[in-house]
Amino acid sequence: MSAGTEARPTSAGTYAPRPGAAPLPRMIATQAALETKMLLRNGEQLLLTVVIPTLLLVLFSAVDIVDTGSGKAVDFLAPGVLALAVMSTAFTGQAIATGFERRYGVLKRLGTSPLPRWGLMAAKTLSVLVTEVLQVVLLTVIAFSLGWSPQGSPLAVLLLLILGTAAFSGLGLLMAGTLKAEATLAAANLVFLLLLVGGGVIVPLDKFPDAAQSVLGLLPISALSDGLRDVLQHGAGMPWGDLGILAVWAVVGLGAAGKFFRWE
Amino acid sequence: MRVEPVVQVHGLVKRYGAKTAVDGLDLTAAPGITAVLGPNGAGKTSTVETCEGYRRPDAGTVRVLGLDPVRQAAELRPRIGVMLQSGGVYSGARADEMLRHVAKLHAEPLDVDALIERLGLGSCGRTTYRRLSGGQQQRLALAMAVVGRPELVFLDEPTAGLDPQARRATWDLVRDLRADGVSVILTTHYMDEAEQLADDVAIIDAGKVIAQGSPEELCRGGAENTLRFTGRPGLDIASLLKALPSDCAAAELTPGAYRVSGKVDPQLLATVTSWCAQHGVMPEKISVERHTLEDVFLELTGKELRG
Repeated sequence: MSAGTEARPTSAGTYAPRPGAAPLPRMIATQAALETKMLLRNGEQLLLTVVIPTLLLVLFSAVDIVDTGSGKAVDFLAPGVLALAVMSTAFTGQAIATGFERRYGVLKRLGTSPLPRWGLMAAKTLSVLVTEVLQVVLLTVIAFSLGWSPQGSPLAVLLLLILGTAAFSGLGLLMAGTLKAEATLAAANLVFLLLLVGGGVIVPLDKFPDAAQSVLGLLPISALSDGLRDVLQHGAGMPWGDLGILAVWAVVGLGAAGKFFRWE
Repeated sequence: MRVEPVVQVHGLVKRYGAKTAVDGLDLTAAPGITAVLGPNGAGKTSTVETCEGYRRPDAGTVRVLGLDPVRQAAELRPRIGVMLQSGGVYSGARADEMLRHVAKLHAEPLDVDALIERLGLGSCGRTTYRRLSGGQQQRLALAMAVVGRPELVFLDEPTAGLDPQARRATWDLVRDLRADGVSVILTTHYMDEAEQLADDVAIIDAGKVIAQGSPEELCRGGAENTLRFTGRPGLDIASLLKALPSDCAAAELTPGAYRVSGKVDPQLLATVTSWCAQHGVMPEKISVERHTLEDVFLELTGKELRG
């Protein structure tokens, strides 16, 4: 193609059909890159995924407001804030973004592009994972600077993060694909706040009454923060119980999202 | 030579709850530009969106480029371009960013910079979609529909709300697409758009195609032409009718304003003026009107198109 002839208002053959889809990996990669760019450009999303977790980590490590038990506060807080970071991206951020994409016809329009629907979902997942890597790197660096000394096996941590991402993605997409965008926005933020307080992120679960503890312990955020804490703070082996809870949430959430998600 | 139609719809029914939006619609579109014309709520968008694979027909068959838009979607999607009536873009994306993105989903896209220049989207600069003007948003949607070099483009109300200059720019692009062998299906409720652009017009009302043909055919067939003049009020219509050929009609619409409809030719004009001369009437503001699509539409449906 020569740019010289393309630019002229009436150039014969410029628009001659040459239909075809780009190779699938390229489509998914470009889609994931755009989604990540949109997220990083959005102020509210950054507040949720970067500013709030960072502030909580720094603030509560420096100021002794909540009783985080024996040992350094950062050793208790860092795993909880990592869990919060996963929730903020995979659940809250993804739900809100996808809800508005649905509302503004982005999902609809992409539905007639060569990118298949499962490819779009794969790109969303990839974008969530890329964002989480950035979050984990940032929070880890900050935690180390606050004197964090993590224990345990990186494999167990990775497994927890992945299952946590799957569980929260399913729930976020279920919300985005069934509720109105405004309702998703409100509900996703509310759930984020409630789980931040009641999910063992910065407030240890044993501060709650016994009856509440057993219920709260089954929440995906509690399973993720508890599992990460067992491994990173106490050097435990595979936290099978927490992995099990996350796996159940992932299966239920993704299954329901797959069944009930509406594209328009 | 028999030309394969780009769109074949047969007996299409589409219901939303108790409401029937499309009611046994038949439509065949040959290569070229086909305008689907009809008032709001006639079933235009439902029909087009069924062709695009968004909606599953409740009854009937739909073939686009010979393919089933639902079952063979993966094969069809790269070959069509779609412009939605509104939206379709990330609210935080810039125009060029979104267009480049859609281009990257295709194997051999158009030159994005040239397309941006052609549609005047360069002035959008770093503005994100939600802050673009309605006209800019529409031109971006059009660009997204054509950037992948499709064989067939669906444009849903492509110039609704555009200023005259932007409308002409859109029309020019649509004509260039046609010249380069791209077929276009466009919905519109603008008569002049259909008259100016379309090789073929399908008029839809209440979920059915009620007439189809080239603009000339539609204006000629069935619809009669009109001769109007003004004179003094209360002329003897019965006497005028006697002078006219038997298939003509005449009426005093408002006092002093007369209309003769029928096959309007030089002979008829002469007959009317000589009748006026015999009766001492000076016919003023005498005019001859060819029927427009608007009149055809009114005759077929009894409805105004715009309203």
